[in-house]
Amino acid sequence: MNTRVTRSSRFSNGALAVLALLVVVLLTAPWWAGRAELRLFGEIYLYLSLACLWNLMAGYAGLVSVGQQAYVGFGGYMLFALTIYAGIHPVAAIIAGGLLAAAISIPVATLIFRLNGAYFAIGTWVVAEVFRLSFAQVSALGGGSGSSLPVAIVKSLADSRSARESLSYYLAIGSLILVFAAIYFLLRSNRGIALTAIRDNESAAAELGVNVWRTKLEIYVVTSALTAIIGGLIFLQKLRISPEAAFSVNDWTAFVIFIVVIGGIGTLEGPIIGTIIFFLLRETLADFGTTYLMILGLVAIIVMIKAPKGLWGLISQRYDLEIFPLRYRVQQSATTEQG
Amino acid sequence: MTEWLNAIVQGVLLGGLYALFAAGLSLIFGVMRLVNIAHGDLIVLAAYMALTTVMVMGVHPLLALLVVIPLMSIVGYILQRLLLNQTLGNDILPPLLVTFGLSVILQNMLLEAYTADPQKLNGGAIETASVSAGNLSIGILPLLTFVIAVLVIVCLQWIFYNTALGRQFRAVSDNQDIAQLMGLNKGHVFGLALALSLAVCGIAGVLLGMRTSFDPSIGSGRLIFAFEAVIIGGLGSLWGTLAGGIVLGVAQTVGGKINPGWQLLAGHIVFLLVLAVRPRGFFPRVEH
Repeated sequence: MNTRVTRSSRFSNGALAVLALLVVVLLTAPWWAGRAELRLFGEIYLYLSLACLWNLMAGYAGLVSVGQQAYVGFGGYMLFALTIYAGIHPVAAIIAGGLLAAAISIPVATLIFRLNGAYFAIGTWVVAEVFRLSFAQVSALGGGSGSSLPVAIVKSLADSRSARESLSYYLAIGSLILVFAAIYFLLRSNRGIALTAIRDNESAAAELGVNVWRTKLEIYVVTSALTAIIGGLIFLQKLRISPEAAFSVNDWTAFVIFIVVIGGIGTLEGPIIGTIIFFLLRETLADFGTTYLMILGLVAIIVMIKAPKGLWGLISQRYDLEIFPLRYRVQQSATTEQG
Repeated sequence: MTEWLNAIVQGVLLGGLYALFAAGLSLIFGVMRLVNIAHGDLIVLAAYMALTTVMVMGVHPLLALLVVIPLMSIVGYILQRLLLNQTLGNDILPPLLVTFGLSVILQNMLLEAYTADPQKLNGGAIETASVSAGNLSIGILPLLTFVIAVLVIVCLQWIFYNTALGRQFRAVSDNQDIAQLMGLNKGHVFGLALALSLAVCGIAGVLLGMRTSFDPSIGSGRLIFAFEAVIIGGLGSLWGTLAGGIVLGVAQTVGGKINPGWQLLAGHIVFLLVLAVRPRGFFPRVEH
């Protein structure tokens, strides 16, 4: 019988083409979108990036962290520290923040990897608290009350306000594309197969020769670095930082977890669906404040119990669909079907 | 010198409160391997329950325990039977994320009901009373908290090793399926375990509310202290949990004595040091 093994399907090819078109349209947004929309879009891209990164850790490497705010805040603070005291360009400072986060995440990982499962989760939270309390002690960065990015540094990005806003938009969409492409190609590589094996059964993966500890460490370090870069961009948008805002568990972890869980954990498509739902809910229910958060928590609980693979899991199971082709599938070629 | 000794004594007594935070967390982990992220928020919920009881019935906060403990137990049993039992299995993700969602819901419910204003349970004369030992002056309330913590642990230890309920807890902890075959309803046993855990949270919440002011956002901090005490003490050991609470309490008060900004930081750093040097804690339960 004439069969072939492929990853892509007709649906995924079509969906990817539509998505590529959408990205091109979004790239032109500074010409047609208003100031508020541009800002909202930027925020969406940054949240989606955080969600993809958290999903890579929790959904694929089995590292469920509730302490990713440690790296968001770290990246933000590095932006402020390096631009104010080392005088480097904000974009360079954000990238340097990512590298420093990678360096600091290695000793952190060797400590908290000693904790298993849920205890690992709370361990990451402790680390985030240590970061928050430590930065609150640094009086040069405003201590507990925080500080603002000096006007001269903001002006060094671009002279006019609209140019700065476009730049900030491009940095956000650029980093989203970077993060997404990095995860996509990582998951399609051999390492991705190892990761998927760990996700499905950790001890079986170890038996088959996957170095589980090392693979997890690599994921943790890469995720930390990229999370810090996103953190730098978030606070480049905000222009003001304080320990409470930088290391907020609600803003940078709870929302992100809800996005991934509702959309579908352990899938590439899930975070996208989750982010769309999250922002739709937020834009309609934001006036309700606490009610909005309760609804979000409730939806996440219901999804986790009734559909643990999230909304995308429901769709893809029902129709056997994948937008981003990761799985191999056997296809019979058209000629054999006729013969 | 006396100042330092004083800081250490205060830390030991504070450790009693942390042991109360931790005992409930340790208990349900032991019985069903569940780590309850909403644990701290449930302690805060208990404090608010006591606040309402005190306001409605006009009683002393310690008497409010008679209302809070049964109420919290009922909440625990229902929560376990209706929600958390559905999340238990080999995958650690569902219980983790469901209790995380629960934590966010609880926090915002309390915010909605009681606003963000700090509240306090008024314990009256007991709050300021103290006994002196040599140069030291020891507050009655911290002392009472410590004694209650020891009693609670003695009690839990007794339940675990000397009662039919404790035998059921140990049976489902060792092997859920075989316990089920022996005629236990594990859903019910788990319900009782969370009821007991939240009863301890009830006691912890009232003592917390008398000691300091509280608001809906402080739950996650209490969860972290509880968790640190459990890990420092060693998983699965209740007396270890008390020791862990004391280590954490002393680290915080001594750290705070050196520099007020270091109080919480010192506790976290001691925890990370223990993790580096003795990752299984000081008194881990012997694996069999």
